[in-house]
Amino acid sequence: MTLHVEKRQIVTPGELLAQGDYYPDLNTFREGDSIYSTIMGIFDHRGNRLSVVPLKHCYIPFVDDLVIGKIVDVGMSGWMVDINSPYPALLPATEVMGRQHLPRGDGGRILEVGDLVKAKVIAADRTRDPLLTIRDRGLGKISRGRVLKISPSKIPRLIGKDGSMINMLKKESSCSLNVGQNGVVLVTCETPEKEELVIDVIKVIEREAHTQGLADRVLELMKSRIRGEGNAEGT
Amino acid sequence: MSMTPQAAPTAKIEQEWIRDLASKNRRIDGRAPSDYREITIETGTIEKANGSARVTLGKTKILVGVKLELGAPFPDTPNEGVLTVNAELTPIAHSSFELGPPGENAIELARVVDRNLRESKAIDLKELCIEPGKRVFIVFVDVYVLDHDGNLVDASTYGALAALLKCRMPECEIRDGEIVYSGSFRPLPMRNYPVPVTFAKIGRTLIVDPCLKEEEVMSTRLTIGVDKEDCVCAMQKGGMGTLEVHEVTAAVEAAILKSGEIRKLIMEAAC
Repeated sequence: MTLHVEKRQIVTPGELLAQGDYYPDLNTFREGDSIYSTIMGIFDHRGNRLSVVPLKHCYIPFVDDLVIGKIVDVGMSGWMVDINSPYPALLPATEVMGRQHLPRGDGGRILEVGDLVKAKVIAADRTRDPLLTIRDRGLGKISRGRVLKISPSKIPRLIGKDGSMINMLKKESSCSLNVGQNGVVLVTCETPEKEELVIDVIKVIEREAHTQGLADRVLELMKSRIRGEGNAEGT
Repeated sequence: MSMTPQAAPTAKIEQEWIRDLASKNRRIDGRAPSDYREITIETGTIEKANGSARVTLGKTKILVGVKLELGAPFPDTPNEGVLTVNAELTPIAHSSFELGPPGENAIELARVVDRNLRESKAIDLKELCIEPGKRVFIVFVDVYVLDHDGNLVDASTYGALAALLKCRMPECEIRDGEIVYSGSFRPLPMRNYPVPVTFAKIGRTLIVDPCLKEEEVMSTRLTIGVDKEDCVCAMQKGGMGTLEVHEVTAAVEAAILKSGEIRKLIMEAAC
């Protein structure tokens, strides 16, 4: 049993990670005795489970993920939803109003093409398109606010450890923030100016996600911007 | 049954946001209504073409190639060369573009580029004639859209103009009824430099150089081609919306101003 790379080392596709009695987890594969990476990312292992965290990736849905999607088609028995992923998601009629089929010609009245929904993934395996539900508290159609897309790989940074970053943003801006695991963020504030401010800050977080001491700098930026806005309103 | 894939529309709340901003003379990318995105023009990108150019307009990317070939003139213009413009919306450019015969958008694009060049008499076609009624040069201008983020007409015409300015025409003469190439080249006889400026109307505001999201929201679009004498040489209106007379006159004035700046950019890139 030998590990060929260290924890948190950057690996490339096809790079040999380890040989011997290891278990290949996310983004790795086994060939004979050896385990290789399938992508470029940061190597990680827990016990004998080896995985690679991608540096950049598109959103792959997992069960229980909260996502923000856009209705792109109204069908007979549900809606097709663009969830910023290679896989289009299906929001079945049963998950919206408890019946198998949409009332004829009325499907578009409940959710129209172009509407945004906050939804949860209830089924996702790679053999079928993922399924969504909006039957839960806080889920459903989004009627106001602004959305922005960031790279899904930066979402953990935006949320922070135990939600520290996102809670700080919410507290400082007194805005409502919804972060979809698929890289779509919904910002709802009282004024459009504030929404713009929060969006700018989120973009800073995305751009500087890899740097140290980000939280402090973001807090600083937020405070100075909010002060600036207050002054502008006062004059 | 096959279905033309439709691009997912911009979310409705985002569309409202764009309209709301436009009513305050602002735009999603922070530009002023009269601002173009960054324009870069690179010439000589295709080695084997007689002339070529690559244009980026923000995220819109266009590749233009010019090829000269010998052919027969049209019977009604026996002593003039032929100009043909073709545009291709390649599937790589946008999810709604497919292979196959050109759709109406590709045809409109080619026609508007063609109109700008033809109606401003950009190329002196008489100089492309070798043997009246028999042999002339045919100028093929091929526009390839590589990335679609709105305002294809402007980007394509800038590319076509730059590629034509850089185009090298083989010198030849007729000896005993045979074409003999001397092996040397000369530039195309360019007489005019048309530069179109496209406006989109969102709400009651006219904005210049719409990006894809703005094109989705706009009610109508107006392209105004301006030649080097600041005369309008081509126009094209698209979309279902309407324009008022004062809006059109304001657009023409703005187009004349803007086209001067852009013409300078193209001339710099092509010289």
